[in-house]
Amino acid sequence: MSQQPAVVIENLQKHYGDVQAVKDVSLQIEPGEIFGLLGPNGAGKTTTIRCLCTLTLPDAGKLEVMGVSVVAEPRQVRQRLGYIAQEVALDKVLTGRELLQLQAAIYHLPGKLAKTRIAQMIELLELTDWADKKTGTYSGGLKKRLDLAAGLLHQPDVLVLDEPTVGLDIESRSAVWRFLRQLQAAGTTILITSHYLEEVDALASRVAIIDQGKVISSGTPAELKANIGGERITLRIREFTPLEEATQASQMLQTLPVVQEVIVNSAQGNSLNLVVESESDALMTVQKALKEKGLPTFGIAQSQPSLDDVYLAATGRTIMDAEMAAASKRDMKKEMKQQNMKR
Amino acid sequence: MSSSSIQNNQLQQWKDDAIASPGFSEFVQETLALTKRLFIQLQRRPSTLAAGIIQPLMWLILFGALFQNVPQGLFGDNVNYGQFIGAGIIVFTAFGGALNAGLPVMFDREFGFLNRLLVAPLVSRFSIVIASAIFIAAMSLVQTAAIVALSAFLGAGLPSIAGLGLMMAIILMLVLGVTAFSLGLAFALPGHIELIAVIFVANLPLLFASTALVPLSFMPRWLSTIASLNPLSYAIEPIRYLYLHNDWTLSSIVMQTAWGEISMGMTLLLLVIFCVGSLALTYPLINRRIA
Repeated sequence: MSQQPAVVIENLQKHYGDVQAVKDVSLQIEPGEIFGLLGPNGAGKTTTIRCLCTLTLPDAGKLEVMGVSVVAEPRQVRQRLGYIAQEVALDKVLTGRELLQLQAAIYHLPGKLAKTRIAQMIELLELTDWADKKTGTYSGGLKKRLDLAAGLLHQPDVLVLDEPTVGLDIESRSAVWRFLRQLQAAGTTILITSHYLEEVDALASRVAIIDQGKVISSGTPAELKANIGGERITLRIREFTPLEEATQASQMLQTLPVVQEVIVNSAQGNSLNLVVESESDALMTVQKALKEKGLPTFGIAQSQPSLDDVYLAATGRTIMDAEMAAASKRDMKKEMKQQNMKR
Repeated sequence: MSSSSIQNNQLQQWKDDAIASPGFSEFVQETLALTKRLFIQLQRRPSTLAAGIIQPLMWLILFGALFQNVPQGLFGDNVNYGQFIGAGIIVFTAFGGALNAGLPVMFDREFGFLNRLLVAPLVSRFSIVIASAIFIAAMSLVQTAAIVALSAFLGAGLPSIAGLGLMMAIILMLVLGVTAFSLGLAFALPGHIELIAVIFVANLPLLFASTALVPLSFMPRWLSTIASLNPLSYAIEPIRYLYLHNDWTLSSIVMQTAWGEISMGMTLLLLVIFCVGSLALTYPLINRRIA
């Protein structure tokens, strides 16, 4: 039996004023998987999610959740979706339990069921000691946990999390990761957006990389990495290598048949990033060549390509570079949004 | 944390049944929950209530004192200014509260809390309007009770029981209409700065361009025309009449406008129209999918 996809997005488009925030996004999420939407800030991830969660009307494209059209039947979609926004928005005067009671009522859970479900969520997210304190006194990690409890209260088929661990400390972050894995094990479909590569790599079974409003690559993390091929060697001749020496070494290494490409990374003490053939014993070959030229080795490491390499290969920039560029456009975009709202 | 507690079978079953069929009881459920939140806020910030009661009483005392020495009979036979101003202060207070109702919603929007409501399967977003209106109405009735009590103490007398009931109905209609208008603005305007600007511009001018402080007959022609169009006047005049006449009926003439006499029943009808009109105007605004 072929299962109906949990989420279908086809050729989604959305603009705010003059900014085309989403140009063409298509993706399909199967039931029970964790799907990662990866991209720099300003790539269109949040806009995509806002369209999916019925907060914003798309300009064009098809959006479905569990086979139900998001545009035509927003109320039914809302009942099936859980949405955890990037910024945790709580009423600081309410206690955690009061917030959950409000949440239960706006999802129309009947009284008794609401009560048991709230107790269940408080226990599950380890909020017992805090449930009857005002949320204004909560730490960041605690707020996120309460937000998760609220988003899961009505047992959504699909949970959407926008940048779930931005601003959390490492401990809270790994707690969120653990929890999302449990949730997936229990059958919930999860869509997360992130600009943290490790987060998507650690959690997602499939990934779409999105840049400037378009999906530029998608598949399992392993597929994406395999597609761009090669392995990576990071080489440091000295802790801080003089540029001249690094360039010379780079030219020398380029002549080796196993080496496909060499980049001198000036941001990291002129270390050398090599793309090498996967099947060869490249590490040995490189080390041997260095020794023959009498060059020292401060550090050398071989690795599989990372998702950042996938992104770099597709756009010619790293996600970090893209973020820097997007940051400067950010304010303008916000203004556009406001202009749009006036209409 | 055991994974078995994540899923609740009972809930799953309920969900499968519930998704297609929201009804009136669900609307009541969401409205009451949203109202409860506002009352919890009030309970934990009691200064709002205290200020809300003290302010209109200060208006009453100060305005009463300002016009204490106007010649007897200027505002009507055997009417002192204290009796005259009471109705104005009652309506102005309820109006001010309702006009500000959009502010907490705007802050909810700016802090992202409103998204919590907008992604939820509300039967109708009118529940947000009704919840605010219930809260503001309750506040207004408490404020009104305080104003009525102080007015009585200052010698303005008391309307009859039926009169007090009618007064409540008038206040409720005004509050519902103005609250809807304010919430519509909270959804439509870009941010709280703009909303505050609108409230600021609307509030006092609407007071001065109504019959709250002086009767229509005192005003120049252009102002009395505006005041005759001002919904506040249609709330103030019947309440004032109730204060001054114990023998009122729905056909009692309560207003002499630029285009004729208006009866008690007519002012009520106009208030209902104002209320329905305001709700109708608000509907598309709150159902927009905002960014």
